[in-house]
Amino acid sequence: MPSSRRAGLLARPSAPPIENAQIEGDRMKIVVGHLFPDYLNIYVDRGNIAVLARRAAWRGHELDVCSISVGEPVRPGEHDLLYVGGGQDREQALVAPDLVAKSDGVREAVAGGAALLAVCGGYQLLGRSYRDFHGIDLPGIGLFPLDTVAGETRMIGDVLLECELEPGVRRTLAGFENHAGRTRLDRAAEALGRVVAGFGNDGESGWEGCRVGRAVGTYLHGPLLPRNPWFADWLLAQALAHRLGAPPELEPLPDDLEHRAHAVSARRAETRGGGRR
Amino acid sequence: MAGHPPIGEHSIGSPFWGTRRPPGCSDSLSSAVRLPVPLSAEIAVARAAGRLSRLAGAGGGTTIPGKLLWRLDPGAIDRLARRLPLGSAVVSATNGKTTTAAMTARILRSRVRLAHNSSGANLVSGVASTLLDARGAELGLFEVDEAALPEVAERLKPRALCLGNLFRDQLDRYGELEHVAARWRKAVRELAADAALCVNGDDPQVGDLARERPGSMVFGVDDPSCARPSLQHAADSKYCVRCGTPYDYAAAYVGHLGDYRCPRCGHARPPLHLAAREIELGGLDAVQFRLVTPAGARTVRMRVPGLYNVYNALAAAALSSTLGTSFDEVVSGLEGFSAAFGRFERIVIGDRRLLMLLIKNPAGANEAVRTMVDGGAPSVAVVALNDGIADGRDVSWIWDVDFEPLIGGLERIVATGERAAELALRFKYGGLREDAIEVVPSLESALDRGLELTPAGGELVVLPTYTAMLALRKIVSERGFVRPYWKRAA
Repeated sequence: MPSSRRAGLLARPSAPPIENAQIEGDRMKIVVGHLFPDYLNIYVDRGNIAVLARRAAWRGHELDVCSISVGEPVRPGEHDLLYVGGGQDREQALVAPDLVAKSDGVREAVAGGAALLAVCGGYQLLGRSYRDFHGIDLPGIGLFPLDTVAGETRMIGDVLLECELEPGVRRTLAGFENHAGRTRLDRAAEALGRVVAGFGNDGESGWEGCRVGRAVGTYLHGPLLPRNPWFADWLLAQALAHRLGAPPELEPLPDDLEHRAHAVSARRAETRGGGRR
Repeated sequence: MAGHPPIGEHSIGSPFWGTRRPPGCSDSLSSAVRLPVPLSAEIAVARAAGRLSRLAGAGGGTTIPGKLLWRLDPGAIDRLARRLPLGSAVVSATNGKTTTAAMTARILRSRVRLAHNSSGANLVSGVASTLLDARGAELGLFEVDEAALPEVAERLKPRALCLGNLFRDQLDRYGELEHVAARWRKAVRELAADAALCVNGDDPQVGDLARERPGSMVFGVDDPSCARPSLQHAADSKYCVRCGTPYDYAAAYVGHLGDYRCPRCGHARPPLHLAAREIELGGLDAVQFRLVTPAGARTVRMRVPGLYNVYNALAAAALSSTLGTSFDEVVSGLEGFSAAFGRFERIVIGDRRLLMLLIKNPAGANEAVRTMVDGGAPSVAVVALNDGIADGRDVSWIWDVDFEPLIGGLERIVATGERAAELALRFKYGGLREDAIEVVPSLESALDRGLELTPAGGELVVLPTYTAMLALRKIVSERGFVRPYWKRAA
């Protein structure tokens, strides 16, 4: 691999060198740090992680998933991808203080070029703040420039987004959302996508999710990755970019089943998704 | 067996039949007089609607009369319930409520005429429909949806309430587990002073409700040889309900059900009054256990499989006991029980058999898979995933199910239902070869394809979600192999 492999867009000179990159020909080991798998695991994580692992393996790469639970630090540079799932309110409240203690580690890891996917509860906790139903403020870690306030009603239903993660390349994400939180992005913040059908961040703005470089937060579960294989591959490429400096082209896979599932899910969003558009 | 809580002092078996009337029974006539429309007229209209629905071929029509009655006059349900001379008994749980109620019905049926919502219509409207149909019934026996429990309990004022378990299920409909648990606690607090409460002590959230009512009957499994090596992925209430610390499990049986203790504050499984020990799983056909009660212990041999049916049997035994049934009647009722509607139901189709196992949430589906694999993993299966309101519109729960033990033995899977492709992905990413997966969205075609793949004399395993199960039964019944559910005896 070229010596410029740390010279990615988001790499910081101060980031520690990667010592455990195991490169055999084009085969890579992709290290995933899974935050709080024992607490935040509702309806999202297993499917998403399984999809990343299989799609990596089908290209000859290996996904090494490490659990990072309460009391364990996030060591910047150690992981190519951080994953934070969703939980029920109770579990979310149990981990929130610990996540704040990890905030420097998470922010440094992402600034150092690690990719990140945060879904639902994880997405909320990685924002600046979360005000719960009782009006109590939970501090977030401020990775995403947004604030969330729990509303009276939950926004539940199928949802369809249009994303443009690379200029000029528009693709859709189909999923399911179930959240009481209304998330407001800062004016300058970049959303993950535009809501085609469904509620999105707050049911009003027409935006869903948030993206900061290689870090993405979203309310979409369903889970997200099985029926949106292009996005799974985008994340894998971003995780590899942490190693390689730039996202590699991934060999295409036969995704007929994935596309069928996507089409059904997208149709559901169009016919029965929430929102006021 | 040292260290296990002793069977408590709860007394079992004080017959009450005919000796007592439920609260509010005596004023049913006077309240009927106050109705804007006479109750009898409302009932006649509602019943006629049910007949029309059936004539129109719109399925069973089992909840149409109840829905109409509820809309005409919600209070009519309360008054109908008060007509039952022996009152009502209510069962609720995420998993096993239909089977528990069916087992209880089997135990009670020689003693008393029941009004029982046996086809699973378990919302307020379903209960109302059953009451409308309950001419001559003495006791109401109702399985009730977890979310509908507070309202149903308020209307029926049950004399006995049996609460089984709370698992993550249809978060898009029910909301989060904690909220359902809080509503159950409120319903328990509002029970009549003399009502009996039975709870599954192995579920931390449910077992804790026994503390609300001294004299509650607590049941649970007490056989560490059946424990799982670790908590399943779908385990939910694994953090102390008091202080949030992860529980230590001496034994974890089904999901988060087990023998737990909080290492920090000491919150632990309450002492059991009714326990299952010496459990012997008999594959797909049977399960045997020792039913231990203060009145003695007996071996129960059941013709339904799986550890989860041991929980259902314990719940039915606890509920029947609080209603005054003798130990002998409990045992013979459980031993005479065959499957409830669509739950491990076997249907003969020509020279093949269908084995239907309802799946509807991770914990329940895990037990169906575990039981099936213990009985010899099938090489062909039809799995049906719909996403109607009754199935859960959010299909992501399939990713929380441990299908992997099944995948090992499968040569072919037919994925069907409205979300067939989604289900196919679950198996693909679970490690099944793509050429072993067939996507056949039409339930009828998938059933035929499954039967075609099954050798003559063989058995086809079908795992449907709720509305897919109803549709498959309808297809099979139209071919003359099973009676429509609205004609089934209780």
